[in-house]
Amino acid sequence: MSMKKLTQKMEFKPFVVLLVIIFLCGIISGGDFFKITIVDGHFYGRLIDILRNGSRYAILAVGMTMALGTGGTDISVGSIMAISGAIACSIVDERILQALGGNVFLAVLLALLAGAVCGAWNGFMVAKLKVQPMVATMILLTAGRGIAQLIADGKIVTITNDAYYSISGGYFLGLPVPAFIALIVIVLFLILTRSTAFGMQVEAIGVNQASARLAGIKVERNLWIIYILCGITAALAGIIESAGIKGADCNNCGLMIELDGILAVAIGGTALSGGRFSIISSVIGALIVQTISTTIYAFGVAPELTRVAKAVIVIIVCLIQSKPFMDRVKSLMPKTAKVEAQEVHA
Amino acid sequence: MITKTKSLKVENISMIIACALFVLMFVAGSAMYDHFGSVSTFLNLFNDNAYLIVVAVGITFVLLTGGIDISVSSVVAFTCVFSAFLLQRGWPAFIVIPVVLLVGLLNGFLIGYCVQVFHIQPFIITLASQFLLRGMCAVVSTVSIPIENDFYKAAALSKLSFKVGRANAKFYLYVFLALIVVFIAYYVLKYTRFGRTVYAIGSNELSAGYMGLDVKRVKIGVYMISGFCAALGGVIFSFYTLAGYSLQNMGMELDAISSAVIGGTLLTGGVGNVWGSVIGVLIQGVIQTIVTYQNLNAWWTRVTIAALLCLFIVLQRIISIRADRQKGKG
Amino acid sequence: MALPVSGEAMGKRDILYMTDICKTFPGVKALDHVRFGLREGEIHSLLGENGAGKSTLIKVLTGVEQKDFGTIMMDGKEISPQSPIDAQNSGISTVYQEVNLCPDLSVAENVFIGREPKKGRHIDWKKVNERTREILKDFDLDINVEERLDNYPVAIQQMIAIARAVDVNAKVLILDEPTSSLSAQEVKKLFDIMRMLRDRGLGIVFVTHFLDQVYEVSDRITVLRNGTFVGTYDADKLPMLELVGKMIGKDYDSLEAIPKLTNTGKEYKELLRIEDGTTGEISGINVSIGEGEVTGFSGLLGSGRSELARLIFGADKKTKGKTFIKGKEKDIRNPLDAIKNDIAFCPEDRKKEGIVGDLTIRENITIALQSKRGLLHKISRKEADEITEKLIKDLAIKTPSADQKIKNLSGGNQQKVLLARWLATDPDLLILDEPTRGIDIGAKAEIQKIVVDLASKGMSCIFISSELEEMERCCSKMFVLNDKKIVGQLSGDEISQSAIMKQIAGEE
Repeated sequence: MSMKKLTQKMEFKPFVVLLVIIFLCGIISGGDFFKITIVDGHFYGRLIDILRNGSRYAILAVGMTMALGTGGTDISVGSIMAISGAIACSIVDERILQALGGNVFLAVLLALLAGAVCGAWNGFMVAKLKVQPMVATMILLTAGRGIAQLIADGKIVTITNDAYYSISGGYFLGLPVPAFIALIVIVLFLILTRSTAFGMQVEAIGVNQASARLAGIKVERNLWIIYILCGITAALAGIIESAGIKGADCNNCGLMIELDGILAVAIGGTALSGGRFSIISSVIGALIVQTISTTIYAFGVAPELTRVAKAVIVIIVCLIQSKPFMDRVKSLMPKTAKVEAQEVHA
Repeated sequence: MITKTKSLKVENISMIIACALFVLMFVAGSAMYDHFGSVSTFLNLFNDNAYLIVVAVGITFVLLTGGIDISVSSVVAFTCVFSAFLLQRGWPAFIVIPVVLLVGLLNGFLIGYCVQVFHIQPFIITLASQFLLRGMCAVVSTVSIPIENDFYKAAALSKLSFKVGRANAKFYLYVFLALIVVFIAYYVLKYTRFGRTVYAIGSNELSAGYMGLDVKRVKIGVYMISGFCAALGGVIFSFYTLAGYSLQNMGMELDAISSAVIGGTLLTGGVGNVWGSVIGVLIQGVIQTIVTYQNLNAWWTRVTIAALLCLFIVLQRIISIRADRQKGKG
Repeated sequence: MALPVSGEAMGKRDILYMTDICKTFPGVKALDHVRFGLREGEIHSLLGENGAGKSTLIKVLTGVEQKDFGTIMMDGKEISPQSPIDAQNSGISTVYQEVNLCPDLSVAENVFIGREPKKGRHIDWKKVNERTREILKDFDLDINVEERLDNYPVAIQQMIAIARAVDVNAKVLILDEPTSSLSAQEVKKLFDIMRMLRDRGLGIVFVTHFLDQVYEVSDRITVLRNGTFVGTYDADKLPMLELVGKMIGKDYDSLEAIPKLTNTGKEYKELLRIEDGTTGEISGINVSIGEGEVTGFSGLLGSGRSELARLIFGADKKTKGKTFIKGKEKDIRNPLDAIKNDIAFCPEDRKKEGIVGDLTIRENITIALQSKRGLLHKISRKEADEITEKLIKDLAIKTPSADQKIKNLSGGNQQKVLLARWLATDPDLLILDEPTRGIDIGAKAEIQKIVVDLASKGMSCIFISSELEEMERCCSKMFVLNDKKIVGQLSGDEISQSAIMKQIAGEE
């Protein structure tokens, strides 16, 4: 009974998939994959890499889950990452706002604020003007990278600041810092969606906006909140990324990452048309995406192929979520079985 | 007896504003900079943006049905890279061009099929297609491949040169190709059943089905047209640059979509035409020219276009909200 | 006495003949061996209560749904329409309740799209416009055919839809609830056109729920009940009372059993008052609702009755006017404000605006209470279970568990869940817009009973229904609306179907 309940959980399937993929990767790589060494009290190894690099995706996926849960989307996350990275790095490097004296804490805070502002803009377009979310966020997708360029004055901002580096490269209790940041974000979002009615309201909006409104849900306000949160999570991911590459590269930071976000959420099982969502599933989805990328990379396959592979996975997941497609597959199944049976008889 | 009272429609308002904006910007540019206000500058808008005109025309078909296609920029890039790659291998131009056009057509067909038959949201499937083709570009080559084929060179350089006053003006032949596409698109949308069905679907897809129109075929068709036009735009772009590079035209789908929107195409479908899209492209061309003259960071072009797109979307919303209100009262 | 369905004896040829039609949806037998015959040159009404199978039969005939069993003969040939186009090609054209045309296209194009006259290879627009003008002349419509369709009122759009349907060489024309959004005058005009088309030899199937209209134009009547064929009758040989009996069947008694409110004529303390209520849809409305009273808003579809309900609930944006609750002015700008002021609202379109299909019954029941309490005060699982269990029991909602998705329930049970949603918020005023539409008679009676019970316990109700007979039974006061205005008020014993009809028609 409890086993049945467990398998029915939305998180169950993606979790099994993650385990299988990690296991497969382990076998293919001949055990190297699971090797974890301890140097100076820090853990090292491929799994730790996945945890470190996957954190960024996980944070992004958490915000994206909410946007997709309402039946919307936010494809501007990559640009928001570029903006937040540019702001944080420029402040730390004292290119802008010299009065702050390169204070890392304030730089991060302002970068997050910038993310919130970008999110509020998206929220304004979606909630207030009722523009289709994809078109609304596409404006920032394009303009955002330009804005980041203008902040960074068209240059790649490189910085030297150990405190800032440690946001991505640091260790805490032997584990990478980003993993803890991701953990905090996940816990905060779980509290938000489960200890308040927010999660249920988001799902109701995603399923049927008109009904949700007449049931007294403040659709507009909730959409604002979601897009702002999405902006903040994207900004956080941007900060981690820029700390990782020790600088802000506005052209490439978070480039095309929106698909990774959507992919993580889709693999997690949230329908791209909105409704039921699970933050934990999406985080697991993000780890799956990262495991695949890390493994492909480890095999020395060109990174370009990763993009192709991800696109193919998105298409497959979409097809699996598509009812007409599955109906067609199902209707084909018994037929092929019959044909095989006939052949055997012949 | 028949009074022709054409009420102001959304597309007309948008078109008028777009035309006025174009003239205004051109005049302002001419006033601000030397050499700006000339026939040559005007013709260069076409020379530099011929590929975008073709892509925008294609995407207009999709937008008119209420769909969206954000894979076009990758189709353009892939077309350039793939043709450069094939030409480098010594394939003749007359085979390469049909091959890349066919790739665009096929891509459009697959997208349309997924949208129409499997009910996948257009933006997700075209986003996936965007990534797929962009990835394929890099798989073909990560470095820029120059094109040294004679036909391409000839196509790139053949032009009509003439003197206007003291200045030289030139008009590249491939611009004619773009203009032919515009005329054909205009004809198809206005005078064929296929074209009218495009509008009917965008206006009310369910009704279109009830009225016995072939919704399925036309909806797949518009994505094929968009894919074909994007590939053709890619061919023109490779005439223009004589190279193929995997990262070129990033974010160009927004240019194409904003051209259509600025020109009066409603993103909800049913309203718009290709002439508007052409004007939209020209407006973007003027912005780009001004940014160049002003010697600004090239990213200003993007930011300005996004701002303009935003403005027109807001305008559309306001007009449609007001229209709804009036209907409520009537 | 039921006539034989086939009408060869009458001298007029049967043009369409359906026999043994069966159609099953998951869990429901929508059509059970139904037959239907249509002669050329007749207007044939297809009647039945909601859920009787009328719309399914029409859908089967027009190719929107495919029959499971049975035969359709058209002009002596068996047909099996797979799509609306298919049906159209066999000579069956349909005009639906919601006009199915393209609002962005011109009038002429809407008449001709898909079959435009051509000059060479391209569409001859001049001819399209000319021929449209000719066609519309028959309909006595002198309008600019090059104008966008949505610049004309619904009544004209409907005429255009009919013009299109007839011009595509139809032999059978199906009109599905064509009069529900038309004024009396427009209905008259429509009937003239129907008669004109009949005289040209067209067979017309007329689906409606306005019984008096049935008698005005019909030659014959076919009645369906619960998916079965009851009979086909000559209109002039079937008195209306008998017709109602045939439509409602033996279940008529279960409705009769509901006690009519006895305390009519009593003075009620005012609960809510709207002064000069104005939205984009209606303007200058004044109404007053008593405590513990069932107030009806009656009128035809589009008369403003739903819009008034939406105004009270804050569902449509109020542009002018004041709301007073228990004498105090309240600012109700959105549904949440209304909920916080103990107002509840079951909207007309249950699927589109009522249920949240993919959520569970528990969530659907507690969703409004949650809104009332606020985002941060989440209802605990334990409390939610208690509330849900109690309401499922009280309202006799048939479901295996509270974890079921609401979309898996039958219409009647969905409606009860919506009622439960609002009862959970313990409202002072419950607004029900068409709460009994599309649900079976048993559930209908239950819901009416619940309404009357609630009122007797002191809850105020606003009741809106197209079925006047139902309104007559439940309401102790009634506002009659027509053309977005209140045209009359009835209370207590004054309320009768004929009085309501008179006020709608504008007769004193």
